[in-house]
Amino acid sequence: MEFKTTEIKERVLADNNEAAARTRERMRQSGTLLVNLMGSPGAGKTSVLLKLIERLGTQYRIGVMEADVDSDVDARTIAATGTRVIQIHTGGLCHMDADMVSRALASFGVEDLDLIFLENIGNLVCPAEFEIGADVRMMILSVPEGDDKPLKYPLMFSVSDVMLVNKIDTAPIFDFDFDAAVVRARSLNAQIVCVPVSAKSGRGFDEVVQFLRMRLDERRQMHENN
Amino acid sequence: MHELGIVFHIIKTIEDVAAEQNLTRVSKVVLEVGEVSAVIPEYLQDCWQWACRRSPLMNGSVLQNEIIPAVTYCESCGKTYETVKHAKVCPHCGSEQTYLLEGNGVQIREIEAE
Ligand SMILES: Nc1nc2c(ncn2[C@@H]2O[C@H](COP(=O)(O)OP(=O)(O)OP(=O)(O)O)[C@@H](O)[C@H]2O)c(=O)[nH]1
Ligand SMILES: [Mg+2]
Ligand SMILES: [Zn+2]
Ligand SMILES: [Zn+2]
Repeated sequence: MEFKTTEIKERVLADNNEAAARTRERMRQSGTLLVNLMGSPGAGKTSVLLKLIERLGTQYRIGVMEADVDSDVDARTIAATGTRVIQIHTGGLCHMDADMVSRALASFGVEDLDLIFLENIGNLVCPAEFEIGADVRMMILSVPEGDDKPLKYPLMFSVSDVMLVNKIDTAPIFDFDFDAAVVRARSLNAQIVCVPVSAKSGRGFDEVVQFLRMRLDERRQMHENN
Repeated sequence: MHELGIVFHIIKTIEDVAAEQNLTRVSKVVLEVGEVSAVIPEYLQDCWQWACRRSPLMNGSVLQNEIIPAVTYCESCGKTYETVKHAKVCPHCGSEQTYLLEGNGVQIREIEAE
């Protein structure tokens, strides 16, 4: 038999978009808000999560999905707070794609939750390229990483709705210029909400909590009107 | 750095097409890789042979990468320009009201198969 040419014209991420749309629909149906938490390794994703659980956990039913290449350290930390948590291993991959998230959500069960956080793989590049169908994309830039990161990793700042500048308590030690970081992030994404926080001292969390409450109320109203 | 994941994804897509069209062996895959897609063609090649060895359908197939140049459109003057050379600022008029037209994606163009 002869080799013949077959046109495919298929976007490699097409599957991903479909799975993301499925997740978005699932969240809308169950009245749950999905937050994709992204940032470099060690930026403070788990620490920020712990603070948010502390502040929101009494009022909202929270679930956490911990994505890791190959460990369950963070999942144990979250589980110790009594929060429902699921561990997802990516088996060496550097990001979660929408299909992995969709399948994890299916086994996690979302109907009885108001708010789900996905702690993405620590990585400032890949997670930005895979839309997973989250309602809020929240990225963490920590002070020791430097205020030039929006210049070096523009996509992450372009796709995020919120930038938390974490470890702001260490600002005097590092020559981090918060205003410069904000200007750089906004030149990529005019709408991005920027908040300086410290998961250590709790500074800035009033604003983050208020932002999430607003989005949670919107989601709840939308759900009740259906 | 997620080239391997992307390679698995491509193989899965082609396996679906092959099942539909009764193809049993793929000899070549032509991929369109956007210049600013953050996929590194050399890494794709590295992952390709390794991943294809695990699939009877794909074993021995060649990956051909066609680079699609990135083009940015300027809303202020209506012209286009090379993204990689000038980034966000329009070289024609200096405006920053610009957006990427193409060169960001990865697409399977065609395959050769029997
Ligand atoms: N000083 C200070 N240290 C912090 C702050 N937030 C986190 N840390 C510390 O930074 C280190 C990493 O924090 P994690 O919360 O584990 O970071 P992560 O982003 O979850 O890390 P990975 O999951 O490994 O990618 C820990 O030692 C935290 O105690 C902060 O606001 N200030
Ligand atoms: Mg963590
Ligand atoms: Zn990746
Ligand atoms: Zn112009």
